[in-house]
Amino acid sequence: MPNADLKPETLFKYVLRLADDQLILGQRLGEWCGHAPTLEEELALANIGLDLLGQARSLYSYAGEIEGKGRGEDDLAFLRPEREYLNALLVEQPNGDFAVTIVRQVFHAAFMVPFWRAMTASSDETLAAIAAKSLKEVEYHLRHSSEWLIRLGDGTQESHRRSQDALEELWGYASELFEMDALAEEILDCGIAVDAAALKAEWDATVNAVLERAALTRPADSWSQSGGRSGRHSEHLGHILSELQYMQRTYPGLSW
Amino acid sequence: MTEKNTPLWEVFIRARNGLSHKHVGSLHAVDAEMAMQAARDVYTRRGEGQSVWVVRSSDIVASDPTEKETMFEPTGSKIYRHPTFYDIPEDVGHM
Repeated sequence: MPNADLKPETLFKYVLRLADDQLILGQRLGEWCGHAPTLEEELALANIGLDLLGQARSLYSYAGEIEGKGRGEDDLAFLRPEREYLNALLVEQPNGDFAVTIVRQVFHAAFMVPFWRAMTASSDETLAAIAAKSLKEVEYHLRHSSEWLIRLGDGTQESHRRSQDALEELWGYASELFEMDALAEEILDCGIAVDAAALKAEWDATVNAVLERAALTRPADSWSQSGGRSGRHSEHLGHILSELQYMQRTYPGLSW
Repeated sequence: MTEKNTPLWEVFIRARNGLSHKHVGSLHAVDAEMAMQAARDVYTRRGEGQSVWVVRSSDIVASDPTEKETMFEPTGSKIYRHPTFYDIPEDVGHM
C-alpha cells in the first residue's frame, strides 16, 4: 500500500464502485439475449456484456482481497442489498429501444476509455493490470457503439428521432461519471485512483465528434441526477438485482 | 431492417501467419465498417483470427452449376497432371 494512512475499506469501496458499474451494465446488455434486432447484434451485445462481466469479476476478487473478510467475487456480486451497490445511475437505466442501449454504451465507453488508460499508470499494480486488459475491450465497445449511433442518427427519420430522444433521456446521468467525492479524492492522493473530473474534456470531445457525424444535437445541460456512488439508486436497480441474485439466493453457494 | 438495407457479406478469416484466409460464413450488415465489426463479433469469439476480410456477397463471381461438365469434367482424364509418376528416394520419406 503506497500510503499507510489509506484504510482498506476506503480502497474496497472505490474498487466496488468500479466493479458495480461493469456488472450492472453487463447484466443490462445480457437482457438483449434473444431480443436483439439481428443475430449479428445479439452476439455483439452479448460479447460486450461478457467483457464487462469479466472486468467485474477481476475487480470483485480484488475487492474481496482488500476487504480481507473472506468474501469472494460471488458474495460481492450476488449477496449485497441494493443500497450497498455503488454503481453510477447511468448503467442501471433500462435498455429502452436499441437507440437508448447504444447511447448508454457510447456514454459509458467514451468515459471508460480514458479512465482505464489513466488507470494503467496507477500505483496499485492490480488495478493497473486490470486497466491494461480492459482498455482494449472498451476501445472496441466505443467503436461499436459510436458507429451504430452515427448510423442511427444519420439514418432514417425514425432512427434519428429515437436516437435524439435517447440522448435527451440519458444526458443528465452522464455527469455522475465525472464526480469526485472525498473518498475518490483520498485515493487519488495516494496515486491509485483516476481523476474522473479531468476526463470530462476528452469525453466531451469524443461524444461531440460522434454526435456531429451522427447529425444529432448535443442536449443542453439542463438537469442531472446522481447518488449511485453512495448507494441511492433509481427504482430500476432493485429489479435488476432480483434477477441477478435469484440463483444465489435460491441455491446459496451454487457454483458452475 | 430489410434485406435491401442490410446486404449479405462473406467473411474470410486468417487464423495464423502463413495461412491463407478461409471462408467461414456470412452475415448481414449495412456497410463495410459494420460488416467488419459484425464479422469480429460473430466469427472471432474464440480467438479464431489474426485477420478478417469481408466482401459483399454480390461482388463474388461464382461459377454456374449448370456448366459444371464444361468447367470441371475435362480435367478428370488428365492424370498426368497429378505428380504420382515420380520415384521418391527412400530417405525423402513421406511427402
